[in-house]
Amino acid sequence: MHDLPQQLANGLILGALYGLVAIGYTMVYGIVQLINFAHGEIFMVGGFGALTAYLVLPGGTTLWLAVPLMLIAGILVSTLVAVGAERFAYRPLRTAPRLAPLITAIGLSIVLQQLVFSFYPDAKKARVFPKIPGDPFHLASVTIQRSDVFLIIAAPVCMVILGWFVARTRSGRAMQATSQDPDTAKLMGIDTDRVIVMAFAIGAAFAAVAAVAYGLRTGQVDFRMGFILGLKAFTAAVLGGIGNIYGAMLGGLALGLAEGLATAYIQHVPGMHLFGGGAWKDVWAFVLLIVVLLVRPQGLLGERVADRA
Amino acid sequence: MRHRSALVVSIAVIGALSLSACGARDAKKGGDAAGGGSTTVTIGVDAPLTGDLSALGLGIKNSVDLAIKQANEKNEVPGVKFQIKALDDTAKPAPGQQNATQLVADNNVIGVVGPLNSSVAQSMQQIFNDANLVEISPANTGVALSQGEKWATGTKARPFKSYFRTATTDAVQGPFAAQYLFTDAKKSKVFLIDDQKTYGAGLAATFKGEFTKLGGTIVGEEHVNPDDRDFNAIVTKVKAAGAEAVYYGGEYPAAGPLSLQLKDAGVNIPLMGGDGIQSGDFIKLNPKGQGDLATAVGLPVEQLPTAAKFIADYNAAGYKDKYETYGGYSYDSAWAIVQAVKTVVAANNGKVPTDVRKKVVDAVQQISFDGVTGKVSFDEYGDTTNKQLTVYAVKDNAWAVEKSGTFAG
Repeated sequence: MHDLPQQLANGLILGALYGLVAIGYTMVYGIVQLINFAHGEIFMVGGFGALTAYLVLPGGTTLWLAVPLMLIAGILVSTLVAVGAERFAYRPLRTAPRLAPLITAIGLSIVLQQLVFSFYPDAKKARVFPKIPGDPFHLASVTIQRSDVFLIIAAPVCMVILGWFVARTRSGRAMQATSQDPDTAKLMGIDTDRVIVMAFAIGAAFAAVAAVAYGLRTGQVDFRMGFILGLKAFTAAVLGGIGNIYGAMLGGLALGLAEGLATAYIQHVPGMHLFGGGAWKDVWAFVLLIVVLLVRPQGLLGERVADRA
Repeated sequence: MRHRSALVVSIAVIGALSLSACGARDAKKGGDAAGGGSTTVTIGVDAPLTGDLSALGLGIKNSVDLAIKQANEKNEVPGVKFQIKALDDTAKPAPGQQNATQLVADNNVIGVVGPLNSSVAQSMQQIFNDANLVEISPANTGVALSQGEKWATGTKARPFKSYFRTATTDAVQGPFAAQYLFTDAKKSKVFLIDDQKTYGAGLAATFKGEFTKLGGTIVGEEHVNPDDRDFNAIVTKVKAAGAEAVYYGGEYPAAGPLSLQLKDAGVNIPLMGGDGIQSGDFIKLNPKGQGDLATAVGLPVEQLPTAAKFIADYNAAGYKDKYETYGGYSYDSAWAIVQAVKTVVAANNGKVPTDVRKKVVDAVQQISFDGVTGKVSFDEYGDTTNKQLTVYAVKDNAWAVEKSGTFAG
């Protein structure tokens, strides 16, 4: 067990990544009760947006300059795609039965994957993403990669900004009001369409930050990267209590920890040696989801964004 | 609306019928044509032309294309022209199976080169065998494909007589890697990781058998999912286990980030794998790959005198993609089919016989010629008789030959 601190760190870092993507699921669900299954692909296009920025920058640009620019490009692309999707794929169906936009979302996710697959140069295989060079940092027995430092800083910063935005600004309060009761909010003069677009945009921006973190971490992006990660982030959102922004982050961290610890230790539990290791980590992630849903169906922090955030 | 959809359906049905009629007529013409006119036959190709493994797949397709062009230029089989029909299996069994059905249904197809992946081959073998259509894989290394599921216990039985391969098997590749790591590289503690696919798991199992037999220790074992790209939890375990090397059964899309994350975490030990990681893309995805190792079947194409011409021709043909690991084997696979057709046609007074597929299967079994990769012939299981292997190491961002040899027991 002497590698426990390292495994905890691995799990928390992975969990922060899930949490950032989960925000997008939770905000959109909190306001329009739509599970945006195309959100994983919003994450993916953000990664490709950032990659494009890196590729057009002149070679030899320092990463101190390149990473912020990549971040901006990724956020731009993700937000544009998400807002476009809201306008053209979801808004026309807003009064349709709940199932219709859900199916559109799945369709949209395939469309986005195939568009990148077909039109982004060389996207048919994994594209190399830059890594932050240099040696890792050591904190006692824990090793932290330079690339992960980006995520460790970005995740809390994003959460603080979002918390402040929702609680303190006019737009944030409009968001809470819309989430609580869209019709009354409209009567009170809130432009609910604008609020919904904002929810999609914020979720997309967070997904783009996560995509840059993912790229830096694994050294590659590919057109399928949004699928499994999107599913995990959705799980994290449900785990934390879908609709609750802090729940999304908490759910992400819990899921990341569960995966990391399951990979490392389950096979040492007597009688479980067949069910441990990397191949089973997804299974344990979903077992955790089922257990939480059985014990606490509303998720860890329960209820909707308006009532808590 | 209703009328319109009925109309669309009828047009589609009529279209399909007339197309299939054309197909049938062409095939008949092909069968009858003799002497004066030339008959066109098709060599099918099944490989991943898109997706993670497309670098390898496109190399296969181009090399077959080159073989066919040269056969036509030289008029290798008088009265017969070859053409290529390449289908994309995206490295997955289900599309592979559909492609097999499609190739079998095309009467002009007299042989198939492919696929790349052993797991895909598993889904195709029965279909080709039922249609008596010869299938020669330039890359499959899963042993069970040719020697049956019980090969490891010593009970070898060939399941499909239409299946051949020019690549040698994992029964040879895994142990060869084990011998290299233990004897040449002096590593006695290895952490074993595989991706659970037919190829990866088979390779890891044969490696383990030989490595422990030699006296080495497997200090840990892990299985990952082929789509995983985050291996930090496993990297921590490897570090804790004190391994001197990692052996990975799988392919480069996962092996690249795995090796990178190992080195990032300060675990500076070599990762070794089979021919599935011996690709240029492994190095692209893994800038810290210096010292990583891979075995590949056969001798390096660059070193064989027979291959110099192949490389020159390939480069002269101006293909956009490299020939990669399996180029030479793909060329030889296609050439084996061409030679078999030559034998069959010669025995039938210069005409393509009506039961050409069955006769080609029998002729391939008897084939023997000097190919790009050395001598090309097949044993009683359909495996290549060429058991040469090479260990490569990453040096200065390229795969460099470390050691070549013939596998002996």
